[in-house]
Amino acid sequence: MGILNKILTAFRGGATEVGQSIVDANSTRIFEQEIRDAENHLTKAKRELTDVMAKEMQASREVDRLKRSISEHEGYATQALEKENETLAMEVAEKISQLDQELAEQESANANFTAHATRLKDLVRKTERQLTDYQRQLSMVKTTESVQKATASITDSFAGSSSKLLNAKDSLERIKARQQQFDDRLVAAEQLADENSDKSLHDKLAEAGIGEQKSNANAVLDRLKARK
Amino acid sequence: MNIHTIANHLNDLCDKSHTGLQFDCYPIDGEVEVLQVNIVGREEIPVFVSVTENQVLCISYLWGEDEVNQDRRLAMFETMLELNIPMPLSSFAKIDDKYVIYGALSVQSDMQEIELELSVLSDNCLEVIDEMVDYLK
Repeated sequence: MGILNKILTAFRGGATEVGQSIVDANSTRIFEQEIRDAENHLTKAKRELTDVMAKEMQASREVDRLKRSISEHEGYATQALEKENETLAMEVAEKISQLDQELAEQESANANFTAHATRLKDLVRKTERQLTDYQRQLSMVKTTESVQKATASITDSFAGSSSKLLNAKDSLERIKARQQQFDDRLVAAEQLADENSDKSLHDKLAEAGIGEQKSNANAVLDRLKARK
Repeated sequence: MNIHTIANHLNDLCDKSHTGLQFDCYPIDGEVEVLQVNIVGREEIPVFVSVTENQVLCISYLWGEDEVNQDRRLAMFETMLELNIPMPLSSFAKIDDKYVIYGALSVQSDMQEIELELSVLSDNCLEVIDEMVDYLK
């Protein structure tokens, strides 16, 4: 049974009220201590694993060396036999027997290291898995508590001020109305800009003497002179 | 990362916003500090931001249980579940007797990601209320 169940039970039991915790502070601290312990175990297990793997590699190299040495000496023994030097062959055979024994010992040690390393690897994996799960659970408790406290802060803040959270419909309507007003203003501004640009074109045309001409004093004077 | 670094960033944005929205931030005191982020033009529906050990939580209130048309409550739940995945970055939730949408980010997120989160959350909020208004009284 996980922490999710505890959280739900607390919710159902009405623990969502301000000031009431999902899991009491003391058990959260114990839980955090458990996580730290697991982290320490993990570090120790990893260090031990490195050590055992180094020994395993060393033993494995020794096994290889002994195997090479045995096959080398077997060659010598065969050659001695070919040369019918029975005494020398016997001497080499004794050496081989000694090497065989050493090899058996090294292989057994190697197998032990391998088994030990496998056990440690399993332990590391299991501890890591457990640690991740502990951290996930602790994060759930802490997040739940944090959201509850945050909600309490928000509620208090709105209770103590003139502003308040409106209901959803009213809020949306007001936002939409404001947006509409903004859009209307934007359209109006665009229309105004269009009119202004029409005007400036008109001015340029007038300057160039194209289109409707404005009456001015000179023109009036010219007209009067022409009447004479 | 705390609510003050977020507030300073958002308040300093002005016209340099990547989302086209302008933010006004007001820290709210309490056992857990909360940042009330008002979006200009949408002040009625603020986003509340709190920072925990490993995540930044952004929450907007949709409506209270008392606003829900109780005959359509089940249909509302179904719609919420159906919309939960299509709705970008935000999810539905319930805190006490209030329905909310929220987004959670890693505390390692950069400010531009938080800005985007807030803007998408606010857009989602307006759209959700608009779409689901039939479930309300």
